[in-house]
Amino acid sequence: MRRRHAKARVFAKFCGLVTWLGTALLLVLLWQIFSDGLRWLDIDFLRSFPSRFPERAGILSALAGTLWLISLVAIISIPVGVATAIYIEEFGGKGKLVKIIDINISNLAGVPSIVYGIIGLTLFVRGLQLERSLISGALTMSLLILPVIIIASREAIRTVPDSIRHAAIALGGTQWQTVWSHVLPASFPGILTGVILGLSRAIGETAPLIMIGALTYVAFVPEGPMDSFTALPIQIFNWVSRPQEEFHELAAAAIIVLLVVLLSMNSFAIFIRHKMEKKLQ
Amino acid sequence: MSSQSINAETAATELDNILEMENVSVAYAGNYAVKNVSFNVARNAITSIIGPSGCGKSTLLRCLNRMNDFILDASIEGNIRFEGQDIYAREVDAVEVRHHIGMVFQKPNPFPKSIFKNVAWGPTVNRYQGSITELVERSLKQASLWDEVKDRLNDSALGLSGGQQQRLCIARALAMEPNVLLMDEPCSALDPISTAHIEDLMFDLKSRYTIVIVTHNMQQASRVSDYTAFMEMGNLIEFDESERLFTRPSNQRTEDYVSGRFG
Repeated sequence: MRRRHAKARVFAKFCGLVTWLGTALLLVLLWQIFSDGLRWLDIDFLRSFPSRFPERAGILSALAGTLWLISLVAIISIPVGVATAIYIEEFGGKGKLVKIIDINISNLAGVPSIVYGIIGLTLFVRGLQLERSLISGALTMSLLILPVIIIASREAIRTVPDSIRHAAIALGGTQWQTVWSHVLPASFPGILTGVILGLSRAIGETAPLIMIGALTYVAFVPEGPMDSFTALPIQIFNWVSRPQEEFHELAAAAIIVLLVVLLSMNSFAIFIRHKMEKKLQ
Repeated sequence: MSSQSINAETAATELDNILEMENVSVAYAGNYAVKNVSFNVARNAITSIIGPSGCGKSTLLRCLNRMNDFILDASIEGNIRFEGQDIYAREVDAVEVRHHIGMVFQKPNPFPKSIFKNVAWGPTVNRYQGSITELVERSLKQASLWDEVKDRLNDSALGLSGGQQQRLCIARALAMEPNVLLMDEPCSALDPISTAHIEDLMFDLKSRYTIVIVTHNMQQASRVSDYTAFMEMGNLIEFDESERLFTRPSNQRTEDYVSGRFG
């Protein structure tokens, strides 16, 4: 009996230690980035284009590119992903087709991002002749994160109890009315979580963008989806690979900006989710 | 099937039947849950279906408004007529059937929305022409819930007690102004006081609606219903006026069940 308790205590300690280890590593990383980059971070850094002189270099084009990219990705991937999840869960039945789609989506979630880059290059850049434009990048990124959004949305839709669906059907609702007014609102918080996971991944991915040939030096702000572009991760990658110490610090500053964009996106989503959940209770 | 005795048949033919079941069988993936059941539901009366767990009474009830459509491997044979029209005929829209035949479920299942929206949703999606606000008030009054909720119509329905939630579900079904109300063990999740409340309510509703109630509570069936069907293992054993079925059943199985010898 005593040995069992001892075992339990040791295990709990071990779990606690591992949790703290992960957090501590993250803190060290953050501290290093902030101490390197913070002094470069000012309004001029956000307002300037990249330059070969560190003191004049900025991230305007990369930040604009990232914001453009993420907006386009959201516009493309959210409707497609959620609609796919609804079809599979609510309308698809148990046919072979749905099973095949199901297996494919699960597999796609595990495909390395560079492979999506190759698909994007052949399909969008060359096949559809969209060139190295924002829209090519957004379509490629959408492909990359669709599995994440679909899987999370399906999970969320599945947690809506059948009793709600039955109630709506019994009140003379069609299946679509049932999904639109009851299933979707009830699964919205879960769907939002999936969307955020997906978009967060898209915002940080570099490999597919390099593959489809997003530019590393861009001295203009994209004005439409057909313009060529760069993005924060590419700018960071570019600066880190230079020999001068100053550029490494600039990269750290850009990472801070990327983190801020990411965190504000996430907190906005959490805010909406919190509001929705409150409304449901 | 020879054990089946329908004493009320002569009486029932003189009455106006709103629902007629003829040799209804239901199978889930080849296993029959309901076997060759035939009886009629009289207009503006309460008909109860009783029987031990798993006898097929809920399955039968769910056929009456085509709620079994969503169970993928369920197959239904026989004939169910509502106002003389076969509700499984090809040209009949199941959504239309459910406009006329409402349903209240075993566990209260309000939508996670406001009390008002719970009642208003059905009429709204079915393009109700009149004033929704009046309809909501009328339905809540019919379900004798109005006085308890009139000051908090915009509060979440999930904040109501179990009994109130079930009455809200009844109000919600009534807001569709159905002809028939199906109730699948509506009191099984409720305490005795809430149950009495709902039974009183059923008496009030009888003048305007036809009610079919599935229950495993025999006292409830004998208290509230005019007609009772007793089912066992998917078979209809006896169908009769409730008074006669509970006092002088003609079948031995029925007598054993209603006298509490099993089940």
